[in-house]
Formats: sequence, C-alpha cells, structure tokens
Amino acid sequence: MSGIAGKAVGQKQEKGLKGIRDTGLEEARLHAFLAHAWQTPKGLYGWLVTVDHKLIGRRYMVTAFLFLVLAGLSALAMRFQLATPEAGHIGPDFYNQLFTMHGTTMMFLFAVPIMEAFAIYLVPLMIGTRNVAFPRLNAFSYWVYLSGGLMIWIAFAFDTGADAGWFSYVPVAGPEYGIGKRPDFWAQMVTYTEVSALAVAVEIIATVFKQRAPGMTLDRIPLYVWSVLIMAFVILFAMPAVMVSSTMLILDRLVGTKFFDPAAGGDVLLWQHLFWFFGHPEVYIIFIPATGFVSAILPTFVRRPVFGYLGIVLSLIAIGLLSFGLWVHHMFATGLPQLGESFFTASSMMIAIPSGIQIFCWIAAIWGGRPIFATPMLFVLGFIFTFVIGGLTGVMVASVPLDLQVHDTYFVVAHLHYVLIGGAVFPLLGAVYYWFPKITGRMLSERLGRWNFWLVFIGFNLTFFPMHILGLQGMPRRVYTYPPASGWGEMNLFVSVSSLVVFAGFALFFLNVLLSLRGGSIAGDNPWGASTLEWATTSPPPSYDFSRLPVVRHREPLWDEPDTLPVVEGLRVDAREVLASTVADAVPQLRQPSAGNSIWPLLSAIAVGGAFLGSIYTPWAVVWGAIPVSISFICWFWPKGEPEDEE
Amino acid sequence: MRHRPVADVSHLPTYDFGAASPMWWGTLAFIALEATGFALAIGTYFYLAVLAKHWPIGAPAPDLLPGTTILIMLLASVVPNHLVELWARRQDLTKVRIGIVIMSIAGILPLIVRIWEFPALRISWDQNAYGSIVWFLLGLHTSHLLTDVMDTIVLAVLMFTQKGKAGRRLSDVSDNAFYWDFVVVSWVVLYLIIYWVPRI
Repeated sequence: MSGIAGKAVGQKQEKGLKGIRDTGLEEARLHAFLAHAWQTPKGLYGWLVTVDHKLIGRRYMVTAFLFLVLAGLSALAMRFQLATPEAGHIGPDFYNQLFTMHGTTMMFLFAVPIMEAFAIYLVPLMIGTRNVAFPRLNAFSYWVYLSGGLMIWIAFAFDTGADAGWFSYVPVAGPEYGIGKRPDFWAQMVTYTEVSALAVAVEIIATVFKQRAPGMTLDRIPLYVWSVLIMAFVILFAMPAVMVSSTMLILDRLVGTKFFDPAAGGDVLLWQHLFWFFGHPEVYIIFIPATGFVSAILPTFVRRPVFGYLGIVLSLIAIGLLSFGLWVHHMFATGLPQLGESFFTASSMMIAIPSGIQIFCWIAAIWGGRPIFATPMLFVLGFIFTFVIGGLTGVMVASVPLDLQVHDTYFVVAHLHYVLIGGAVFPLLGAVYYWFPKITGRMLSERLGRWNFWLVFIGFNLTFFPMHILGLQGMPRRVYTYPPASGWGEMNLFVSVSSLVVFAGFALFFLNVLLSLRGGSIAGDNPWGASTLEWATTSPPPSYDFSRLPVVRHREPLWDEPDTLPVVEGLRVDAREVLASTVADAVPQLRQPSAGNSIWPLLSAIAVGGAFLGSIYTPWAVVWGAIPVSISFICWFWPKGEPEDEE
Repeated sequence: MRHRPVADVSHLPTYDFGAASPMWWGTLAFIALEATGFALAIGTYFYLAVLAKHWPIGAPAPDLLPGTTILIMLLASVVPNHLVELWARRQDLTKVRIGIVIMSIAGILPLIVRIWEFPALRISWDQNAYGSIVWFLLGLHTSHLLTDVMDTIVLAVLMFTQKGKAGRRLSDVSDNAFYWDFVVVSWVVLYLIIYWVPRI
C-alpha cells in the first residue's frame, strides 16, 4: 500500500480533507487504490473473511442450488415409489422423511435463500453503491444458513431426518409422538435459517433506504429492488412467527412446557395459527422477488420501459400487506367458526387483484414493445402462463366448500407447485440466464437454454397438471403408496415418467452453467442492452462495484444516457467508503465507512450454531453457549483501528 | 463507460445521528422484528387465556412486588438514557462517559431483581400452558434486557479507551439509547399483561 500511497502524495488533494480522494484521480490509480481498499485476501483465509456482497451472494446461490438438487432428488425418489401401486421400494417411515425433507429444503434452504442470494448480489449494483449496509452481518447470515442446512441433512443421513411435514404439525411433532430428535432438528434448522433470513432482511432494508445513488428517488428505484425491499419487510414481520412457534415446540419437547398440550391448557391449533402466520407470507417472500425478476427482465426484451410502474409498485406493497391476512385458508378443514372462514376466503381472493394488475401491466408492456424471444424472455412467458393457472386454482381453493373437498389431496400439490415452480422457479431460471453474464462475464448458451426451457416447461406441465385430476379423484397427499383398485396407477406412472423430463431439463441447466463458466462467449458490460445500473460496470464487477459512484437522473439511467455515466467525486479511495443518502429523495448525507473483511462473523456463526445444536440435547447449551457467543460478538464489534475511525 | 462528474461529496461528514445513519435504520428494523416476536407471544397469551375456563390456570395471580420494582427502575432509567442520548448528540465525551456508566448500572439492577421475579410468577413453566406462556414472556424480555445491558457495558468500556474518542462511537451510543427505549416500552406492555390481566 505504501507504494501506491506514496505515488498519490503528489496528487492534487484539497487541504483539510482526510484520506485520499477520488477527485481528479486518473483511472489507473483510482482502480489501484480501490482494488487495494476493497480486496478480499487470496486463498482459504480470504474465503473465510470476505464481506464482499458479490462473493457472499454467489456463495448463497451455489449453496441454495445444491440444496435444490438434494430436494429434487428426494422428489424423484418419491415419484419412483409412487409410479406403481403398492410398490415396495420405500417404506412409510423413510417416505415421511423424504417428503418432509423435500418440502423443508425447498422452502427454507432453497427458495428463500436463493431469492436473498440474488438480492445480496444485485441490490448494491442496481442502486449504485459498493456493498450492503452491514457487510459483516451479511457474511454471518451465510454461515448460519449453511450450518442450518448441513445440520438437518447430516441428521437425515443418520436416519434422524425430520418426518412430520415441512410444517411439522403437533401433536405428530410434539413430545408424545415425535420420534427421537427428528422434530428437534427441524425446529432448530428453522431457527438457523430464520436468523439468517432476518439478518438479510435488515441489511436489505437499510441498504435500499440509505445507500441509493444520489438522485435515485423513490419513483426511480428499479422494480426488482422494490420487490426485494417488500420481500425484506415481509420477512421482518413473518419470520418471527415461526421462530416463536419452533422455540415453543422445542421447549415442549425439551423442558416440558405445555403450549401445545390440550390436557394442560395448551392447544394444537395454536401451532397451526403461528406456523401459517409465517407460512403463508413465506409463499410471497418467494413470489414477490420472482415478480421483481420479471419486471427487470421484461423491459430489456421488449425494448421499452415496463408499463404501469406505479401500479406495479402499489401491487407489490398490496401483496405484501395482504399476505398477512390469509393464513387461516390453510386451516379451513380444522373446524373454525364460519365467520372467520368467510373473512379469510374473501381476503384470499382479494390478493388475486394486485397479482392480476401486475400480470396485465406485463402483458401491456409486451403488447406495446418489440419482444425478443431470448431464453430469459421464454422463462418470463412460461411464468405468466403457468402462474395464471396456479393463481386460478388458488382462487378455487380459497373457497371453503371446494377446499374441504380437495384438502390434503394431490389437487393442492398441483396448485402449490404451479404457484411455486411456475411463479418463482421459472422467473428464477430466467434471472440466471439474464444475470449470469454480469456475474461471470460469460454468456450462457442460448441453444442449450432453449432446450432447457422447453424441457422444464413441458415436463413441468406434464408432471403437475395430471395431479389436479388425481386430487379430484381423491388421491391423498403424503401417502407412501396406494392400492391398485384405486385406479390411480396409470396417471401416477405418467406423472413419474414426466418428472424425468423435468429432471433432464434441470440437468441441462446445470450442464449449461458448467460449460459456459469456461467456454461461454465473453459478455461485455451490457450484453442485453439493459437500462439499470448493474450494467454500467464491468462483467464481472470489480470488488468495489463502481470506480465512481453513479448519480441517477432517470428511471432507466442507461437508456437515458447510454455512453456516459454521471458520477460523484470526493469519496475516499484509501478506505472503504460508500454514500449514505436520504430515504425518500436520495440526497447524499454521509460518506459512510463500510466494514472490512473479518473472521468474526464466521466465528460468531460457529458459536451461535454450537449453542443451537447443543440446545437440541440440553437447555443448558443456551446458558453455556452464551459465553462464546458473547465473546465472539464483542470481538466482532470492537473497533480495530481501521481508517474509518480516523474521522 | 465514460464518467462525467456532476457532484462533489468530499465535504460530507462520515457520521451523523438518528435517521441520517444507516445503523439507526438497522436498529429500527431489529426493533420491528423483535416487537413482532413480542406481539405474537402476547397473542399466544390471549389465545390460551380465551381457551381456558379460568385464567390463570391453577395458580394465583403473580406477586406484584418484583415486577413493579423493575417497572419503576426501567421507567426511571429513561431520564439518564435520554440525557446520554442528548450528550452524545452534543458530542460531549465527558458527560457521555458518566452517563453510560449510569446506564450500565441502570441495566444491571433490574436484572438482579429479575432473579426474584421468576419465582414471583408462582407457577412453574411445566405445570400448564399458563405457566409456559408467562415464563416465555418473561424469558423473552430478560433476553432483550441482558443483551442490551451487555451492549451498554461493552460500549461503556469502549468510551473510556482511545477508540471511544471517534465521533462514530457517539452515534453508536445514541443508537444504543434508542434500543433501550424499546426494552423499557416492551416491559410496560408485558408488565400490564403478566401482572394485571390475571387480576381482571
């Protein structure tokens, strides 16, 4: 550093300003300083201490996709068992573990983390800053997530896999019927992943509120960023419910509290209320950012701004708010008062309105644009088609009489997969094709991409559409087999064979990613000719994201000024610094120091993880575990004489 | 892409107080999520109370003395808390040092009294659902009290070191005072529920 600093002494610097500033600094020196200030050390140590949002975002993506593979394989195993009546490949006990691990992994370890992963990677780039607001919290969140996921899958490998469904209903999961430590591993996995998700939510809110580029007023925030901001708020108010309930569950099991024990004044439906107060918003935690992907991808491929910006933002907010008023529709079969059921039917149907507004806005944008059918766009179109079907069956099951008929049947399995795969995974795959060039610097193969899309799209519909019919014929969910006399055999065989097509589609997706990492054509900064700020920097972006922080004067900044980027000057280049601005108008307020690399987030995650793991076996783990947790947190927060403290 | 400088931010400060600081928003977000946790636990309390034929179930109402003592202590602590906040904003390091030591003590005292508060509930956590939820509420508040007191003590030690002289630390003191208000307000609500709902 001294060498670079020595050269900069001769640089023109204003008197009285601390540190070396980027004002008038020539490009090569600017990059050298910033690269030094924002670097991640090489090797394993660097891997453990980094707080770079791009590295952590990438890490989240890889991990979440690995969990997708595990959950997908467990689904394939189930389809193998269900392909023929009374098949004996998998017994009931293992089948229970399989469908529980499938649902749990898909919801907690894949769907939510992958949405957070993209937010962590993209938000700072899209709003024109250099890192998230709390970079070390971000690093901590990843380690906690990883340990939670590893823990439940290692437990599964030792025949202690959770087996009471992804919702872990009591009394099946309670002290009386829950086998061994299976529900406890589930409950603590929830704690890990929720701590992680809440941490990410807090940092996204602070980042979007305070670190937007000067001039990025509320009505110039990219729609994708709006969507993850709302996702973060939904996480903030939904996830505490499952943390409270899973803590109560583990307390019932470990120290004999009586929250869910009707014999001692407790109530089993209390669990369902608390779980679904989280569980329904959870669907929107996954769906809202997926619609953000659509709103980001679509304008680029129809070559015009999205139609109805304000309408889409208000719809996102409405969906976020309404998502908290629907949870009881999961409980229509529990004998609740009719007035309550009617209310929740109405609110469940109401959410179709803002969802519909978004869909009409997208259709209008396609209508008024010049569509280019590249792979990301194909996935967007596949999403619109599939999600509309899933939305329609959603309106059907929102109605109590219909829900009572199809409750716990394959109709619901079909519905939820149309909503979650059609509504979230299709846009997600589109997002991977869209942003892969930014993340890696290389394009994914379009040819393989088209094959990937059609295999997944056709395979998906062939797999899940017949499940509607199976459900209407009365086939229940979560059964490990069915008798030949039921007449469900042929359609189940068809579904199982079709699931292999989906599998082939995903295999092609991963193959495309692996091949393109090395052999894909070089992307350049803005291969799609897109309009948002992440395309204003190199692909992949440097550790500091932007060499000079951008100023925003238009909702589509790169379409407004394609060749030049208005920027600010005056930030330090010898220390990590970002701009903090006002919440509504994005007027710069502070040169905000940004935390550097640290090992303490990892060590804190180990301490916290150790305490959580120990508490599966003894409540004293919380007491003794508090000591290393406190020490690691104090070491984390204790200032270490970094340049930020000079001012 | 060519860069065109349009603004100079070199004279902006590196820290500020309240809503200007990203940390304040982070603190607010944590308060929001923790308050949601409290609200759901309180919801559980009333859910169980509505289901029960008699409330509290199989126990007398809790003994008022320790909980009320803590309420008075916490309410009294609001005064020095806001003075520390004010001194931090005025960047008066000497007064902040005195204030934060007072706040550390103001945090430790209710924690000591709390040792007597759990038995004063007059029911065990494993006796019935009423016992479970009141222990849960008190435990939830205790964990918040404990973490903020620890944070305050660490900050107090820091303020007496060389590193405490950095202006950013005063902003931390201000955010810590903000969080303490949450700990106090949440106890006012929980106190009314734990001690007075069984007496209605």
